[in-house]
Amino acid sequence: MAFDKMELRDVEVWDGNFAAAQAMRQVQIDVVAAYPITPSTPIVEGYAKFLADGYVEGEFVMVESEHAAMSGCIGASAAGGRVATATSSQGFALMVETLYQASGMRLPIILNVVNRALAAPLNVNGDHSDMYLGRDSGWIQLDAYSPQEAYDLNFIAFRVAEDHDVRLPCMVHQDGFMTSHTAQGVNTLTDDQAYGFVGDFKPMNDMLDFDHPVTHGVQTEEDWHFEHKARQHNDLMTKVLPKVQAAFDDFEALTGRKYNIVESYDMDDADVAVICMGTSVETAREVAKEMRTQGIKAGVVGLRVFRPFPFEQIKEALKGAKAIATLDRSSPNGAPGALFNEIAGTLYNTESRALLSGYVYGLGGRDLTKQHLVDLYTELQANVDAGKVTTPLQQFIGVRGPKLAFL
Amino acid sequence: MQNNGWDEFEIGAMLRSFDGEVKDIATTPQEDRNYSSNNSFTASVADWRIEKPIFNKDYCIDCQFCWIYCPDISIISRDKKMIGIDMDHCKGCGICVEVCPTNPKSLLMFPEQADEEAELAGWPEKDKGEK
Ligand code: SF4
Ligand code: SF4
Repeated sequence: MAFDKMELRDVEVWDGNFAAAQAMRQVQIDVVAAYPITPSTPIVEGYAKFLADGYVEGEFVMVESEHAAMSGCIGASAAGGRVATATSSQGFALMVETLYQASGMRLPIILNVVNRALAAPLNVNGDHSDMYLGRDSGWIQLDAYSPQEAYDLNFIAFRVAEDHDVRLPCMVHQDGFMTSHTAQGVNTLTDDQAYGFVGDFKPMNDMLDFDHPVTHGVQTEEDWHFEHKARQHNDLMTKVLPKVQAAFDDFEALTGRKYNIVESYDMDDADVAVICMGTSVETAREVAKEMRTQGIKAGVVGLRVFRPFPFEQIKEALKGAKAIATLDRSSPNGAPGALFNEIAGTLYNTESRALLSGYVYGLGGRDLTKQHLVDLYTELQANVDAGKVTTPLQQFIGVRGPKLAFL
Repeated sequence: MQNNGWDEFEIGAMLRSFDGEVKDIATTPQEDRNYSSNNSFTASVADWRIEKPIFNKDYCIDCQFCWIYCPDISIISRDKKMIGIDMDHCKGCGICVEVCPTNPKSLLMFPEQADEEAELAGWPEKDKGEK
């Protein structure tokens, strides 16, 4: 290989951004086309530095916008390269048009999304508005709760996305600042282990295969468009989760670190459960343990895979719960939260008659404190005791002023 | 094109230009290429043309300007000899006529219904540049 390997300690102190950049170095990305935006900038900056220092053999393409960044990635991926980039918030929003191109063209691009609020008002801090904006775009969406997971899930993402049975782009999400800028101990893989896990990039229908010329990004009207979309949806619904599970299994065999499509904590006998994503999962886990010392059987369900939505795994994880709270970290702007809707849809035709209530929290980086969660679990227990939801179905946690609630 | 089901095509909003492997395709004449059924070579995409170019070989000097400039690869040329126009793909843009350097021009635009033989018979004389 024409580049230097890097010797890592078994445990390095990395924030989520640097962890993602290291993963991008270790899998030897061919092309990164990127445009900087807080809080994701250090990911592509990190890759660019590794490239400049001779630790990776590839191309860093500086472009004039995020739309161009993803467009550059699409071109490079269609040409037959291993491709990744990173973005957040407004940059993500500007990419949206091209996100649909990438997934429809079945290009296995990896996008590290450092979750951040969407303006207005302008805000650089973490919430899940950008992640939610991507949920119909046909990408796989994996969610990391910590720098370690941001690192590990990148390897999973490449493994699954590039599989020829899948061939779909994949986002790896982490919470802006809480994960991206908070350094923690990260267990590393050696360069050989990491590259070996992901394997050589195997092109498919690449434009640079001159013996088999192809036209990419064709137009289809009412005669073919629906078939393409149906096939993409089918592959998301049926092929992705088994591949994710297989990658998790292999990753556990390699590293000892176990991931699940849906992460359940203390759910075996839980009466009350909180379901959420990102760093809030870790906070909720801590509070759930404390609630148990007070006799409230509390559990936590964390979504590891947001798209495709793990319908069956969630059904299984929540099957014993009597009262469930969904935590949406994005303003639903005129509806119940997305998680509320999807969990309701998941459970509606099951035996579960769990009492479901939704909470909107943490917008623009507003803290979710342990006390908030203590209050929430207490409310859920009250629902269990009363045998009905005793509060409005949609409440807001941590917003100033008079209590805000709907439905 | 075949009327396939939703799972009976290659993924990726991509189409293959040829059936099977090709070698040195750039030097292979169109008539010898194994075009796939998806390739627009076999489809007529000229139905919105309202003016068409007519080629008069009596004046042509085989400069190949028209071949280079045609945006639709619709000038047929073999061994650097201009042969004619691929009327299934020509869009009638008139660029070939613009760039043709002969006097009179070897390519001129006519209404789509014009009769080729009649127009060739009445081709303009050399423009002597007199007022
Ligand atoms: S009219 Fe336009 S499309 Fe037709 S042959 Fe001339 S240049 Fe090509
Ligand atoms: S541009 Fe005119 S002279 Fe030149 S090859 Fe074409 S038709 Fe002939």
